[in-house]
Amino acid sequence: MKKLINAIDDVVKEQLEGMAVAHPDMLKIHFDPTFVVRADAPVQGKVALISGGGSGHEPMHGGFVGKGMLDAACPGEVFTSPTPDQMYEAAKAVDGGAGVLFLVKNYTGDVLNFETAAELAFADGIKVQSILIDDDAAVKDSLYTAGRRGVGTTVLAEKIVGAAAEAGYTLEQCADLARKVNKYGRSLGMALTSCTVPAAGKPTFELGEDEFEIGIGIHGEPGRERLHMKTADEITEMMALAIIEDGAYSRTVREWDNEAGDWVEVELVDPPLQSGDQVIAFVNSMGGTPVSELYAVYRKLAEICNDKGITIVRNLIGPYITSLEMAGCSITLLKADDEILKFWDAPVVTPGLRWGA
Amino acid sequence: MVTRDQIVQWLEATATVMTENREYLTQLDAAIGDADHGINMTRGFNKVMEKLPSVADKDIGNILKTTGMTLISSVGGASGPLYGTFFMRSGMALASKEELTDDDLFKMLKTGVEGIVQRGRAQLEDKTMFDAWSPALDAMQAAIDNGQDTKGSMKAAVDAAEQGMKDTIPLIARKGRASYLGERSRGHQDPGATSSYLMLKALLDTLEK
Repeated sequence: MKKLINAIDDVVKEQLEGMAVAHPDMLKIHFDPTFVVRADAPVQGKVALISGGGSGHEPMHGGFVGKGMLDAACPGEVFTSPTPDQMYEAAKAVDGGAGVLFLVKNYTGDVLNFETAAELAFADGIKVQSILIDDDAAVKDSLYTAGRRGVGTTVLAEKIVGAAAEAGYTLEQCADLARKVNKYGRSLGMALTSCTVPAAGKPTFELGEDEFEIGIGIHGEPGRERLHMKTADEITEMMALAIIEDGAYSRTVREWDNEAGDWVEVELVDPPLQSGDQVIAFVNSMGGTPVSELYAVYRKLAEICNDKGITIVRNLIGPYITSLEMAGCSITLLKADDEILKFWDAPVVTPGLRWGA
Repeated sequence: MVTRDQIVQWLEATATVMTENREYLTQLDAAIGDADHGINMTRGFNKVMEKLPSVADKDIGNILKTTGMTLISSVGGASGPLYGTFFMRSGMALASKEELTDDDLFKMLKTGVEGIVQRGRAQLEDKTMFDAWSPALDAMQAAIDNGQDTKGSMKAAVDAAEQGMKDTIPLIARKGRASYLGERSRGHQDPGATSSYLMLKALLDTLEK
């Protein structure tokens, strides 16, 4: 293992200390428990947006804390979910009286820890809502697995819902919008190499020199299949078609009911993409793949979307939800209506995303 | 009758047994999960050990709730909230108790497991810790109904938990990270069912001392 590390136990802490020094105008870092908050938190009367998860996906989530996006981010150890005390203390720090929305990527650890935090925050008199992001089209069914994982759509949801909260949306409106973004977003990832978690010291999995894995998760979870290396165009086509031709996806999720003070089961169905849809296209690097290759992927993706009658109206290209130094990329297509586009275009000032201001 | 000292000794014994099985649990997890179960459980119960002296003279409900809160904030992953909820719920059910009758002991485990199920939504044969807990509770209930004493009914629970743990080997995982492996999750013993068995075994060993 060759990494820019001082001590393995300090990896997450020192990264956060660096962020605090680099971006004091945007965010502050709190330790024990660990969370990142907007510099001007709490913003009175505004719904507060909180996300979090294991570290190693930078700039997500800490790099998306700031005006127009997240109010707080709760980083766990590398690839390990944060604990409820982090989300609970973060909720208390950023609640401006309008309630707190948790955006949670669908991983069992993240879900259980965020659910526990929601109960603690509610018991403390904070209005709370929790929306799951589960957009990884590589996972076919939810009946026999923990369901689709939360991947690329998370970044887009944080941007869009963050802007809506800034514009004065209520907690319920923010939750509805987050649910809609998740419903309209689909992603697929692929890996060219593995990555090494510092505490493990060796690669998470082995991938041969002439192989790639399609459908991989952002922690190296197994994908759909492992194949012999192909060209950028061929791989892009496999990924794009897996998203565009993906059927309706249904599952039951739990959401918090502030009236009942308990969890309720909600049945959700994501409709497939259709010819005539407008989309935001997001081509993301897993960390090790250069932007030049992402543009090669985007070039082919745009051609395929065009052939399928899907219009790309906005794009985002670069490393935003990574897996340490893993080489590979993911594609996310988010069907965009006027509401989604309006908030996508709204100003954002964070270390990781910045425009319009 | 189970005393407050025995409950504290049980938690200490659990910390010891988790530390002893740190590598074993982590290896089981490496096969179908993310290779951190032993590390996380050891870290969590070591934190409980740090907290115990400050609550060791409180009632049993308080001790269990403190254990739950400590695990929730230190274990992480899925097992933190699951074991944390187990102790929080059992603590609430035994509020202000200074000692436990056989019925109380059963209630402690049963309400704890109900908390696990509520949090994790696991069903039998999903290849989770519930596959150890469920037969353990059934066997314990049957033993109590047959007039067995505390140790006898605990022994029945531990034997059933051990069998339930072993019975997870041929199962396909339907919950957690292992579920993405599908067929490839067969042939491996569930790490959560294993740590649950170890925890119950530690309770029996404490009562038999």
